[in-house]
Amino acid sequence: MKDLDKNFKKDTETEFPLREEMRPRKVTTPDGQVIDIDPLADYFCQEAPKVHRKSYSAIVEGFYNWARANSLWILGFGTGCGAIEMRPLMTPRFDAYRYGIQWRPTPRQANLLVISGYLSVKTLKRAIRAYEQMPQPKFVVGLGSCTINGGMYWDSYNTIKKLDEYLPVDLYIAGCMPRPEALLAGFMELKKIIRKGEAEGANKYAENFDWYKANQKSVIKDWDMPDYSW
Amino acid sequence: MFSFQPDRSQYPDVGPDGKFEIDLETGKFLKLWHGPNHPGITGNMSVELTVNGDEVVEGYTHVGYLHRGFEKLMERRTFIQVFPIVCRVCVPEPDFNEYCYAAAVEELAGIEVPEEANWIRTLILEMGRFNSYMMAMGGIAGALGNGVIGQWMTYVRDLMLDRFEELTGARIYHMFILPGGVRAGLPEGFEARMEEVLQTAERYLDDVEKVLFTNAVFKKRTKGVGYIDPKLFESYGVTGPNARAGGVAKDVRKDSPYLVYDQLSFEVPVEQDSDIWARSIVRYRDLRLTIDLIRQILAKMPKGGEVMTSLPNVLHWKIPRGETYIKGESSRGEYGYYLVTDGSGYPRRVNVRGPSYTHAMALLEHLIPGTNIADVAALMVSLHTYPPEIER
Amino acid sequence: MRDLIEKLTPRYTLGNATYQRADLTFVDVTRDELRALLLELRDKEGFTHLVLLTAVDWIEEGKFQLTYMINNREADQTLGLRLYIDRNDAEGDTIHDIWPTAATYQRELREMFGIAFPGSPRVDEEFILEGWTDMPPYRRDFDTLAYSQQTYVEREGRETHDPRATMKHKMYPEG
Repeated sequence: MKDLDKNFKKDTETEFPLREEMRPRKVTTPDGQVIDIDPLADYFCQEAPKVHRKSYSAIVEGFYNWARANSLWILGFGTGCGAIEMRPLMTPRFDAYRYGIQWRPTPRQANLLVISGYLSVKTLKRAIRAYEQMPQPKFVVGLGSCTINGGMYWDSYNTIKKLDEYLPVDLYIAGCMPRPEALLAGFMELKKIIRKGEAEGANKYAENFDWYKANQKSVIKDWDMPDYSW
Repeated sequence: MFSFQPDRSQYPDVGPDGKFEIDLETGKFLKLWHGPNHPGITGNMSVELTVNGDEVVEGYTHVGYLHRGFEKLMERRTFIQVFPIVCRVCVPEPDFNEYCYAAAVEELAGIEVPEEANWIRTLILEMGRFNSYMMAMGGIAGALGNGVIGQWMTYVRDLMLDRFEELTGARIYHMFILPGGVRAGLPEGFEARMEEVLQTAERYLDDVEKVLFTNAVFKKRTKGVGYIDPKLFESYGVTGPNARAGGVAKDVRKDSPYLVYDQLSFEVPVEQDSDIWARSIVRYRDLRLTIDLIRQILAKMPKGGEVMTSLPNVLHWKIPRGETYIKGESSRGEYGYYLVTDGSGYPRRVNVRGPSYTHAMALLEHLIPGTNIADVAALMVSLHTYPPEIER
Repeated sequence: MRDLIEKLTPRYTLGNATYQRADLTFVDVTRDELRALLLELRDKEGFTHLVLLTAVDWIEEGKFQLTYMINNREADQTLGLRLYIDRNDAEGDTIHDIWPTAATYQRELREMFGIAFPGSPRVDEEFILEGWTDMPPYRRDFDTLAYSQQTYVEREGRETHDPRATMKHKMYPEG
């Protein structure tokens, strides 16, 4: 098989049609009223993200950063194979809880999104929504080689190759897959970054919002959600 | 005022066939997405539930969140280059992929494997099964709110990962089984350290038996729930522990012995009830069996011999046109690789037959209607599905 | 296994039988006889378990090979039925009423190879890919590397080597 087919052109013409449940329509409610529904406008609250300003006093900001660094609450969303090494971290052998790290089931309760491995396009869409639903300040850690440059899946048609094009990554942990010790070291490093006040990923996302959205939409063809869904 | 007489006008209409007429626009049903990020999900898949009150009326499985296109990527790699990616098909039990693929390549290329390598392969597969069952036990207890079992089982699994690391050099993905044998023999003193792990595991399993299988809540929530009619096993392709929980002793290790399973003495555990309880207890007993098998293998295997035959130059390795199918009993059921070659240096087609493929799709969709929302997680975990092998 | 093939040969067009192992046989079948053959094998010969259903793309010959692999547990026999269909207008017959689980396989084949299975439940719904408008990716003429380079941004500095040339240089530096 040829290594690269120079003649191959991907199909950029065809638009993916909007899903049926996302199209505007008329609905009869149980009490007999007929109402118009435009799911994209009605089901979501649209508001562009804002830059989270620093406090005026350096001491207060330092205190905030200390508090943030010591309560990293991870969203329990294993996006790839790396999630299997997160599990030992929760158990007494590695015990990440002693550093104030814990796992939460919903995005609303979490402030750290760990992209644990490759992201297929279908998961990228969910990861973006999960990230946008998290309250600020929030951080993203990319785990494994596949988030850095595609790693093992460098020629796969369904996984993204460079995570920081789509989400603002604060820290990468390399390895395929990283051991629990490496994860712990990575989280310690993230703490240091937060303590220094340099974990500005969420602000970067708000400032370069259009650029991120353009990148995301270039990959996700069936974009059927509002630009910012919190 | 609170009344026990419900307002029937809000109830959904029943059609002539006795089933609900599902129309979401009436507002009488709710669509509930169970996953992809949900603690009660094994891996990364989602179940789209339509619920009426607490009762699930309809459920559809959605997979594809972990799709990397392995079968396409394998076609682009030489036979030996496939090995780093082949194990990544199934995360908790990766060695099965290596064995099935290696055995398929060996069969088509006509390579003989040394006797000791077969024993080490069996050992590796049983160790992988141990890990996988440990996760399953923790998962099923966790899905029913018994989190401490998950903590114990993860700890014991970690001890086994240490043995894996000692043997192969890696914790999760080992790339240890290659065509022609395995990469290395057993290190010195391995048996003693393994025995230590097995004894720890047995101690913890005794505790599990006391904490989980005598727990009134666990009994109540699992007995009679998620019943699969044994008549459906053939049509829905149910294999492995899920079939053994329904009285059908399907086990590839016994039915068509591969590697050295014909030299080991064992009886596969069978239960009759075919509900979540039976599936949990079959897994528990199978875990005990695995511990026993590891001991038998270590006692019976030859040591110190050749573990790898010499391969042809892997850069120019061409395999003549042919096709084969290799299967084995993984912790979820029959796991197989279908390999087609066309005479070139690359595989023509590799197809992975994961047991979760049938369990998590058609079977789960068949079982879900009529259960409670809270039981869906337990039902899914009891089928022991791993999404990566569904979508590859 | 030879007995079974010989027994079936007078009534069905079976060609090119390959006895791969003692418990594994492959045989060619024709499309109009497939259904009757599967039913007979399932009900009379004990091949009750559908192991897998997949396709192989023989692009040079302009054909898809559909492989129906069925298993008889008592006799420990696996039989692979090879069915060749035209690649350009690929269409197969659904067997979801014989094995309900085949519907899943057919959905995958529809999406990954573009083989139509009229009548199979939910066959046209998305299965694995989402928002996919390109050619079905498991076809041989779909180049995954070219597609990935045209779609995704790659990190600068990644060097890709031709594996053969690199390994050759590494293992035999003198040439």
